[in-house]
Amino acid sequence: MDSAVQPLVEVVGATVRFQAETALSGVDFRMFPGEVHSLMGENGAGKSTLIKALTGALRLDEGEVRLGGQPVSFRSPRDAQRAGIRTVYQEIDLLPNLTVAENIVLGREPRRFGAIHWKKVREQGRAALAELGLDIDPASLLSSHSLAVQQLVAIARALSSELTVLVLDEPTSSLDLDEVAELFRVIRELKQRGVAILFVSHFLDQVYEICDRITVLRSGTLVGEYQTQELLRIDLVQKMLGRSPEEIAPRALAAVVDRTRKIVLTGADLTVKNGIANANVELGEGEVLGLAGLLGSGRTELARAITAVDTLDGGTLTVDGTTRSPRTPREAIASRVAYSPENRRTDGIIDRLTVEQNIGLALQAQHGVLRRIPPARMRELAASWVEALGIRPADLDRPAGQLSGGNQQKVMLARLLALSPRVLVLDEPTRGIDVGAKVDVQNLVGELADSGLSVVFISAELEEVLRVGHRVAILRDGVIVDTLASDGLTVDSLLALVAKPDEIAE
Amino acid sequence: MTDTKLAAQKPLDGVFSALNSFRSRHASWIPVFAALLILVVMFGFAQWWFGNFLSPRLISALLLDNAFLLILAVGMTFVILTGGIDLSVGSVMAFTGILCASLVSQGVPATVAVPVMVLAGAAIGLLIGVLVLYFDVQPFIASLVGMFLARGLAFLVSLRSIKVEDESILMLQSTRFKFGEWYITPTGIIALVVVIVGVLVLQYTRFGRTIYAIGGNEQSARLMGLPVARTKILAYVISGVCGGLAGLVLTAYQGSGYPLNGTGAELDTIAAVVIGGTLLTGGSGYVLGSMIGVFVYGTIATFINFQGAEQSWKRIIVGGLLLVFVVIQRLIVTRSSRRS
Repeated sequence: MDSAVQPLVEVVGATVRFQAETALSGVDFRMFPGEVHSLMGENGAGKSTLIKALTGALRLDEGEVRLGGQPVSFRSPRDAQRAGIRTVYQEIDLLPNLTVAENIVLGREPRRFGAIHWKKVREQGRAALAELGLDIDPASLLSSHSLAVQQLVAIARALSSELTVLVLDEPTSSLDLDEVAELFRVIRELKQRGVAILFVSHFLDQVYEICDRITVLRSGTLVGEYQTQELLRIDLVQKMLGRSPEEIAPRALAAVVDRTRKIVLTGADLTVKNGIANANVELGEGEVLGLAGLLGSGRTELARAITAVDTLDGGTLTVDGTTRSPRTPREAIASRVAYSPENRRTDGIIDRLTVEQNIGLALQAQHGVLRRIPPARMRELAASWVEALGIRPADLDRPAGQLSGGNQQKVMLARLLALSPRVLVLDEPTRGIDVGAKVDVQNLVGELADSGLSVVFISAELEEVLRVGHRVAILRDGVIVDTLASDGLTVDSLLALVAKPDEIAE
Repeated sequence: MTDTKLAAQKPLDGVFSALNSFRSRHASWIPVFAALLILVVMFGFAQWWFGNFLSPRLISALLLDNAFLLILAVGMTFVILTGGIDLSVGSVMAFTGILCASLVSQGVPATVAVPVMVLAGAAIGLLIGVLVLYFDVQPFIASLVGMFLARGLAFLVSLRSIKVEDESILMLQSTRFKFGEWYITPTGIIALVVVIVGVLVLQYTRFGRTIYAIGGNEQSARLMGLPVARTKILAYVISGVCGGLAGLVLTAYQGSGYPLNGTGAELDTIAAVVIGGTLLTGGSGYVLGSMIGVFVYGTIATFINFQGAEQSWKRIIVGGLLLVFVVIQRLIVTRSSRRS
């Protein structure tokens, strides 16, 4: 179809500059009708910039966007939407204070005699949801639903309009397996209808399952456009990172932890109402314990219970042999247990503070207001962490909000490591960051463990849990069903344990 | 689980699911019901206290005495729903009021004077909207500018009270349509029409829904392709127009214009809107709630007058109620954010 069919959308020679930095430099990109196209690249490769240029959220400094061969100029997302280009952004951009149906039709509500026809609004909402196999009350408020449902509603909104190009930016990051399957079914249907779909995801499995063609970007330039079938995974990763395969390969696990080593943290019968029930956890010195489970299985609740973000309703926590019952994260940190929350944007990084200030936050808080850490020492400390963790750009005075996701995650880690904790609890530290940064974080966790730090590691990607964890605790419905050494597990066997419904278990 | 257990649970489940579905659909109405409950309790208490509080005459007077506040509250609801605030409304009311009195005393017919005052209000609203949108000024500061400007203009028109002799304006107050013991004046009708228009616009137009969308998340509303700029400016213009109409109603009510009218009225208005269940952070609230808020406010004032107590008590009680409502709202917001 390459030469015969005209591309539906084309971006030619796209260049975007932010002050001195060039985010995108002379990139060509095209999409054909009825294909699923993936845009791959590390953080900072220019994917988001290209998407924004395509959807009218950003203007090109050079180059042009062509729609059906004709040059177009989008001044706002509204213009692009009129032209049939619809986007579902990574961070859910809906309105929690309105109903589900309204979120779907907002801006093009059906009207009768000039007034909004509410009955029809609900009908259209229901129909759009049904197309995604979602059975929820269209008249309910969006905020009463889970993130996954909200994500699906965002997709329903995009689907329910005149559609020629659909841009999905990390659409699956909060969906479970069934929901992903449902989404893929819809994508295939749209493909039949001749819609061009841009599917951006960090999950390589999903990219290989659904995409026909892959465009790879690296540091703002085009690496190439490939047929998915003809591109081996390892080649793809290599093209994205620009490194040789040996460098990409994750480090081998340190030998299984010697079980005679000192136990650092013990949780007995940990219970949090509507979260986890009677969880027993044991963490040795220098051990990485992976937590595997579906969304809502209690994996985050367990992490929050250990670190006193949520109050325990029962059970005891022992750190270093002394029984403690920390009631606030501050007390937990005092007993040297630190938590990195799952939502980096809202609960972690403070956008407007600089990298240095972000790193120093927890340490200064621990010192107390009156014992200010000397600026010179703070700077030295921050610089050493930036160096040690490879935070890029290595600019201490840059607002942390301007860093890519992977680097923000490293800043968060630096903040906690500056406290020199005994136990580090990481809740999905690799979510929404790129393969390269992911490998960096995984390796980092391994190195930290080798140096004696105990880590609790949560991830939605089972492969990662297995790779990073010495042992894996499997959670289902708020209960730890088993804790196994990761040596004896494969991704498939772990998947079976995580997903096994209760009826079969009994 | 046995069958009998299941059967026993069924009707209860029905009730629970109905409750749940109500909560997931209409959570934002709860503060309005709370305000209504408080109003009813206050009526009940006053009736028990005085024995003759609840009469058609008194309720009719409640609308009459608070017509200007009701109009201001409708405009303020639009602005607060977008997540903004308008401190200028009291001054705009004073300015347009004295402008009207001055114009008609110079022989300008009311048919000219009234559109002029409404336009004057709209212009100040437009100024605030432009400041907020294009110069990125905090709504608090931008409307403070509007407040000082309007008050200054009021003094510019006249330093002293101007009596209104024009019949076509005075009749707005003096005409009484009676239904037995009940009555309503044209000023009351204007206020009710403003309420009805406000309800319809917010509920049944795309503009109205965009107001809610902006209050929910301005950035999202923009990415969804909604006309954010136009809508935000229009919200302030509507508040300005309401200020102009309130100026007319107040002038008719007092039979004169006075440049010091409505000092602090903006705060009374905000209090009434918040008591009526509108979230100050925007995105949640109703014009009908604001109307109930105004009546709660008015009932407190009437109660104090009946009692012959110090006027300062009015402020204290309103302050206390405000505190209660802000706390209730806070609880609702934290609860719903925890659930999601």
